[in-house]
Amino acid sequence: MGLEYATETKPHVMAPALWEEAPDSRLEARLPSGPLEQKWDRRKFDNRLIAPANRRRHTVIVVGTGLAGASAAAALGEQGYNVLAFFIHDSPRRAHSIAAQGGINAAKNYRNDGDSVYRLFYDTIKGGDYRAREANVYRLAQLSVNIIDQCVAQGVPFAREYGGMLETRSFGGAQVERTFYARGQTGQQLLLGAYQSMMRQVQLGTVTLHPRREMLDLVVVDGQARGIVVRNLLSGQIERYAGHAVLLCTGGYGTAYYLSTNAINSNVTAAWRAHKRGAFFANPCFTQIHPTCIPVSGEHQSKLTLMSESLRNNGRIWVPKKPGDRRPPDEIPEGERDYYLERKYPSFGNLVPRDVASRNAKEVCDEGRGVGESGLAVYLDFKDDISRLGKDVIRARYGNLFEMYERITGEDPYSTPMRIYPAIHYTMGGLWVDYNLMSTIPGLFVLGEANFSDHGANRLGASALMQGLADGYFIAPYTVADYLASARLPEVSPDAEPFRAAAAVVQARIDQLLGVRGDRTAHEIHRELGRVLWDHVGMSRSDAGLRRALTEISQLRQEFWERVIVPGSPDNQNQTLEYAGRVADYLEFAEVLTLDALHRRESCGGHFREESQTPEGEALRDDDHFTYVAAWEFTGVGAPPVLHREALEFEYAHPTQRSYK
Amino acid sequence: MVFDDRPNRTMTLHLLVWRQPNGQTHGKMVPYTAEGISPDMSFLEMLDVVNEGLIRKGEEPIAFDSDCREGICGSCALVVNGRAHGPDGGTTVCQLHMRRFQNGDTIAIEPWRARAFPVIKDLVVDRSAFDRIIAAGGYTSISVGGAPDANTTLIPKDTVEAAMDAAACIACGACVAQCKNASAALFTGAKISQLALLPQGAAERRRRALRMVRQMDAEGFGSCSWEGQCEAVCPKGIKITNIAKMVREYNRAATTGETS
Ligand SMILES: Cc1cc2nc3c(=O)[nH]c(=O)nc-3n(C[C@H](O)[C@H](O)[C@H](O)COP(=O)(O)OP(=O)(O)OC[C@H]3O[C@@H](n4cnc5c(N)ncnc54)[C@H](O)[C@@H]3O)c2cc1C
Ligand code: FES
Repeated sequence: MGLEYATETKPHVMAPALWEEAPDSRLEARLPSGPLEQKWDRRKFDNRLIAPANRRRHTVIVVGTGLAGASAAAALGEQGYNVLAFFIHDSPRRAHSIAAQGGINAAKNYRNDGDSVYRLFYDTIKGGDYRAREANVYRLAQLSVNIIDQCVAQGVPFAREYGGMLETRSFGGAQVERTFYARGQTGQQLLLGAYQSMMRQVQLGTVTLHPRREMLDLVVVDGQARGIVVRNLLSGQIERYAGHAVLLCTGGYGTAYYLSTNAINSNVTAAWRAHKRGAFFANPCFTQIHPTCIPVSGEHQSKLTLMSESLRNNGRIWVPKKPGDRRPPDEIPEGERDYYLERKYPSFGNLVPRDVASRNAKEVCDEGRGVGESGLAVYLDFKDDISRLGKDVIRARYGNLFEMYERITGEDPYSTPMRIYPAIHYTMGGLWVDYNLMSTIPGLFVLGEANFSDHGANRLGASALMQGLADGYFIAPYTVADYLASARLPEVSPDAEPFRAAAAVVQARIDQLLGVRGDRTAHEIHRELGRVLWDHVGMSRSDAGLRRALTEISQLRQEFWERVIVPGSPDNQNQTLEYAGRVADYLEFAEVLTLDALHRRESCGGHFREESQTPEGEALRDDDHFTYVAAWEFTGVGAPPVLHREALEFEYAHPTQRSYK
Repeated sequence: MVFDDRPNRTMTLHLLVWRQPNGQTHGKMVPYTAEGISPDMSFLEMLDVVNEGLIRKGEEPIAFDSDCREGICGSCALVVNGRAHGPDGGTTVCQLHMRRFQNGDTIAIEPWRARAFPVIKDLVVDRSAFDRIIAAGGYTSISVGGAPDANTTLIPKDTVEAAMDAAACIACGACVAQCKNASAALFTGAKISQLALLPQGAAERRRRALRMVRQMDAEGFGSCSWEGQCEAVCPKGIKITNIAKMVREYNRAATTGETS
């Protein structure tokens, strides 16, 4: 096992039956030439433009109004395009982005502590375990600076120092203080900034909102993305919209696992339907597990609540040394506690990256040393810092979080240690996009968490908000314009045949869901799917486990279509129907997620393969075989997908094995 | 000490729930029994359990909005025993937990009731009026691209903290639901205050106040009679002083002959 294994296998020749290899995969990432720091400028200059007077003749469909979608809609509206914005919520301000707590990174170097665009670039590439594109990540680091300026101008109340300058903090183990924040509500304030900018465009008539609409299909005409089919979630009507380009900004797929920190209506539906129409899905197995969540309390649980990572700055993580020790924490003497992160990683201690902290928590629980009723939790203990700094200092830093914890668990973390356990939190994988954020379907752009682009195999804390806003405010406005100016886009009507055909597919699926009239709820089946994924495609993955998951997923899918029950009618608000549709898509998507994990026989970032570890049990990358993006092409439900590879090259940040010892 | 010895009891509750098929038909309170409810469940998870039972029987579950289930998106909106977001105060109903109730309790669950928030179905209401109030002026009119360096304008810490207090609003609408006049003054005042406090919002503060207040009135919200019910139920602790600020901003704008 371990080292030898990784160098001996020839992963590209295994298991031909489960997927197919693209004979000559020429995925064109369209990276600009030239030195890293000039690439984006060059691309911007090479891009074609559309004159201001002509812009309103171009209709851009934006699906999703989280950070990525709202910022794109606002920016495109400001330039004068005709923007149609669709979202499942009643108001754009409720998108899942609202829940982000910790902060947003930017290479401002306001602290004079050695930060720079290059360092943010380097940290992001390294944190992503060398599975992201250098050119994309460098651009992201460059734009981070503009994002903060933009948000401050909007009136985002970022934390400030007494002198009136912006405050920053270190986040997720970063060695510079580059994270800007607005209390524990950074996502909320950034989203409201983007939402308000978009609402200004609504008032000015460039953006039209279509609330409570769920995208259920993408319409492709002559190979170009030209529209969408949505269900009006109030009237049940199937509606068709045509445009010149479509921007998918529909967020991540963490709720495939049923329990996650994501909002419960998050889904893969829009991305999956686009995938079925030809957009490749990249690196779906790169999922992120957050180490500090409130543990599951029972079957009824509908979601998991994140406790901000910042808690690890002042809390110490431990479990009893003895397996099966059921004593209350205050009765376990100091000498019988194992502060396992401090013991194993003396230089980073409790601040090791998310994947390392999560995996170690699982390991100690697997050894029978977990705490709490379920044994699936570890302690996060503030006792030492409460006595060192005083209760008031801790309250000032974490008062809200402690209150929230107490409300949910009924326990007071000032006097008894918190119990925490990892949970699915973020998905690095997503629809494949080129440097211009365009998918493999011309005219279909993908922004925010829905794309796969910038975080490689692991995302650094406070970088998702940065990416969503970079995509929306600063990248899509240029690259979408270039597409609109260069592509031949004849007028199409939403009554044209491809639109009717797509609407018919959507209608047929709805009828099918209502027609089963079985005896199992979509919730039950989703919960089971979540368990399969968590057990086998979660924190630790193995060949045998993944193969078992594949079998179980296809059984569950069959069970779903034989036994699901969806009461009510299709022609008014029907939340059971909406939800069942999303579960049905997850049951298809879960297969490519698992296959991707099976095919990638290396450990990297959030993807830990038991077969690929160092003798000390740490993740072991296999750069010789896996320095590529895996992009999957759909060939049919349950049919072997086709694997395309985009090779990754590292000219500037040379791959090293991560070490946090 | 609450380790491992938490009482493993479940509860049975008697619910009275507002059911209304759509905006055009009348609704009524319908009784349901919620059984096997654990004190660790959230209030919405309790409703999930009831709904699972209804679905299995082939009946339509109770429609209600929720998404984040951690008190920040503002989707959830239930009046529990006459109080918006339930008995706890300072929290949303998705953060309310069943340990707050006793076995055998009767719980009445209703939607927000306000002319400007028409019922869509059961407990789901239409709150798009809030979006239109923001569209009327709840922003700074700056476009992407021209922003100066973020540290160009210094803002005292106290000022930005006060702005953040106001900006914490989640637009759930509890303030409207609890107010006997169904006034949206707290919601509107919070946004006007936030932007009036910050130098970035100064350029159009008068125009903003006029336009947002006029839109609020046009949506059919009632006027404020200073009873403070809104503040009492606000899950984010937004202060009624924001309303005073709104009135000042509006009056100043109106008396200086500002046109919207
Ligand atoms: C609890 C939590 C805390 C976090 N904290 C941080 C943090 O501190 N810093 C950080 O950088 N990142 C953080 N993240 C990650 C970050 O919040 C997300 O990655 C990011 O907000 C995603 O933004 P988005 O615009 O891509 O998608 P979302 O905000 O998820 O928006 C999706 C949009 O798509 C719409 N939609 C979805 N499906 C459909 C459909 N089928 N049809 C039509 N519309 C649809 C929705 O209505 C919504 O408008 C956190 C995440 C969680 C869960
Ligand atoms: S569901 Fe988001 S605030 Fe309650």
